[in-house]
Order: sequence, then structure tokens, then C-alpha cells
Amino acid sequence: MQLSEVGKSGQQKLTSAKVLVIGAGGLGCAILPYLASSGIGNIGIMDGDTIGESNLHRQILYSKKNLGQSKVKFAKKHLEHLNSDIKVHAFNHYLSGKNAIKIFNDYDIIVDATDNLPTRYLINDACIIANKPFVYGSVYKFEGQVAVFNYKNGPTYRCLFESNETEVPNCETSGVLGTTVGLIGMLQANETMKLILETGDMLSGKLLIYNTLNNSQSCIEFAKNDKIRVDESFFSAVHLQTEIAEISLVKALENKLVFLDVREYGELPKVDLPNTIQLPLSVIEKNISGMDKDTSYAVFCQSGKRSRQAVKLFKESEFKNVFNINGGVKSIKKNNINETSFC
Amino acid sequence: MATIRYFGIVAEVTQRNEEYIEIENMNVSEVWNLLYAKYDLSTLNARVALNQRLVDLNSSITVNNNDELALLPPFAGG
Repeated sequence: MQLSEVGKSGQQKLTSAKVLVIGAGGLGCAILPYLASSGIGNIGIMDGDTIGESNLHRQILYSKKNLGQSKVKFAKKHLEHLNSDIKVHAFNHYLSGKNAIKIFNDYDIIVDATDNLPTRYLINDACIIANKPFVYGSVYKFEGQVAVFNYKNGPTYRCLFESNETEVPNCETSGVLGTTVGLIGMLQANETMKLILETGDMLSGKLLIYNTLNNSQSCIEFAKNDKIRVDESFFSAVHLQTEIAEISLVKALENKLVFLDVREYGELPKVDLPNTIQLPLSVIEKNISGMDKDTSYAVFCQSGKRSRQAVKLFKESEFKNVFNINGGVKSIKKNNINETSFC
Repeated sequence: MATIRYFGIVAEVTQRNEEYIEIENMNVSEVWNLLYAKYDLSTLNARVALNQRLVDLNSSITVNNNDELALLPPFAGG
């Protein structure tokens, strides 16, 4: 590299670096080729998803020919084609409380290219335990956020948003331009390179917000919150003991589970499943004491996020057989199952 | 006038990226409660920054005219 700020020693740092990118979706597709082409010697890619048609406008490593294939397997092939001198490891599964810390220990930097808050908190907490910096990026429609957390024991994502209290739409549900995701991914790749090269001012304790509609940028400063303690017992309580049991719609129907719709009253589409109770997430805590703990429930919402929170509430109240329908109503529709056909 | 800036889904709920409001003897917590009631921000888990620095929602720091208050929600897309 010709840049005097990089030079031979910088190139050596890039060659020796080990970077794990979690998520091979829109952000991952923007980040990964630049990491590979710059000669980062060891790249991990983790994602359990397959390539879908609705991904293609923003996940530019893939094409129609790759539909249904594993994202990480195809991304690995693509990166090895770009640079045959680097090692690429594909983790064809999702991050979990059980595997996060062990895998993070093998890398220097973790890049968060995911699309959901529960995984973001898992990355955050595992990075604190494993003492790794993580480069965060996320998008909402035409805006993106970028930051570097846990850099030299600095502020973490929990210092910004202490806990996961809400359901936030992702790109799949709210829609996004591929270029917005690309720009935010590029900023993440840039922060990753700066971390490796130990140059420039990191976005540590700073949240960059970029608006692609009006090209405005804001940078919000935030301090480390010393009241927040993430240690191994916290990690275990949040990410191991509350792992959510998932169930498919078909299996839930076969086993005649009681369906629990935790969407707010009036939310569409209507779903006519047998044995269905509607109890919005916002009122579960008020009503939980009157419910039968021996009944088996299959919980669903629009996307699967609120239902995960609901399952956690039930588990905390010692309900044993409560399952989440992953992907919620959206997954029912994606699988071409007529949501009114179970009457 | 103080500038209130809205980001992400908060801007969608308020239907604006920014607005200017007259502030008289109000602290961060009071301005937050005013906006919270005006737009029903109850489900958004937003944080507040005063002059580009994150502050507690219950902060008693005074907001002056010419100050900028930003409401920041978490993002999840990628």
C-alpha cells in the first residue's frame, strides 16, 4: 500500500489481523470485499441464513443464481476469489450464547453486521467478556448509525441503549436502499482498518449518524456508564439461561399447542389459527398470574421479536412449555402457508 | 428557540426531522415529558442528547434557547 500512514508495517498488521464479521447480509456484503482486498489475513464470516430474492438489491455478493444457498459459503468463495492469499472461515450458523465467547477468543476485532437487537446485545456482552473491540453499524431506512464499542475498555452499546426494551424494524421489514446499507458498511470497514492500523480517531464514545437523504452527519458523544456491569454471571443469566426454545408452525399445529398472539389488538394481518389467545406483550405481566403454567404455548407476533420477549417473561414466571414461532406472521407468509387456512 | 432533532423511527412518528420550540425554565426531563406526551413516544426506547452529548432522560440540566436536543432510537437494520 502506497499510503505513508500504512507502509510495510501497516501491511504487516493487516496480514496478521483476525476479523470476524457477524452477518453476511447488506452490511456484511459491503464490508467483506474491502477487508479481503486490503489483505486482512484471517476473516471469519458468520450467518446461518440462505440467500433470498428480497435480499439481492442490497446484498451485492449474491445473484439470482445463488438463491437458496448458504450466504457464508458463497461469500467465502467470493472473498477467496478476490484475494487468494487470505484465510476465510465460514461459520454457517447463527451466533448464540453458547458459542459466542469461544469463537470471539480467536479473533482481534468483531464487526456487527447483524439485523436484530438481541444479537447486538449478545455481541456486546460477549465482546466485554472476551475483551474485544466491536465495530457497530445499523440502518433504519435512509439513516445509519456507526460506532466502535468496547475499544480499550471504553463505552459499550449498553452505555447507549442499556437494555433491549423495544421492537425495532429491520431492513427486511422497513425497506432500505442498497446504497444506504453500502455506505454504512463502508464506514464500518473504514473503522476496522483504522483499528488494525492504529491510526486516526476511533468512533469510541461517539455515535455517528449519517442521513443519506440530506447528506447530514451528526456525531453524538456518550460516556462509559460504570453502573453497568457485564460479567460472566450476567452473561449466563441473559444469554444462556434464557435461550428461547423455537418451534415451527407445523410442529405447533401437530402438537396442538395453544397459540398466543402477542401483537397489539387490531394489528394486521389477522391470523386464524386454532386455539388462539390474543394477549399483547404490553399487558402480559399484568395477566400472567392468572394463566395455567402447565399449558403448552406457541407464541407469535409480527416478526418474532416481541414473541421472544414474551417467552422470556413466561420463563421468568416458571412456565416450562412456552415456544417461540421464529419469524412470526411474516415467516408464515414467507412459507406460502395461507394464514387463514387453519380454521 | 431550542432545536429538537428527531432520528430514525422517532422522526417517522413525529413526522419531522427537526422543529424549534420556545423553552422557558425547563430542564431536559421536562422537555422530554412535553415531547413524549405530544407525540406518544412510549414504545420507542429513545435516548436524549443535549448539544450532541448523551444525557439521562430524567436529567435536571437546564435546556436553554439556542440549545439542540436530539432524540435517538436504536436501529436494527443491516
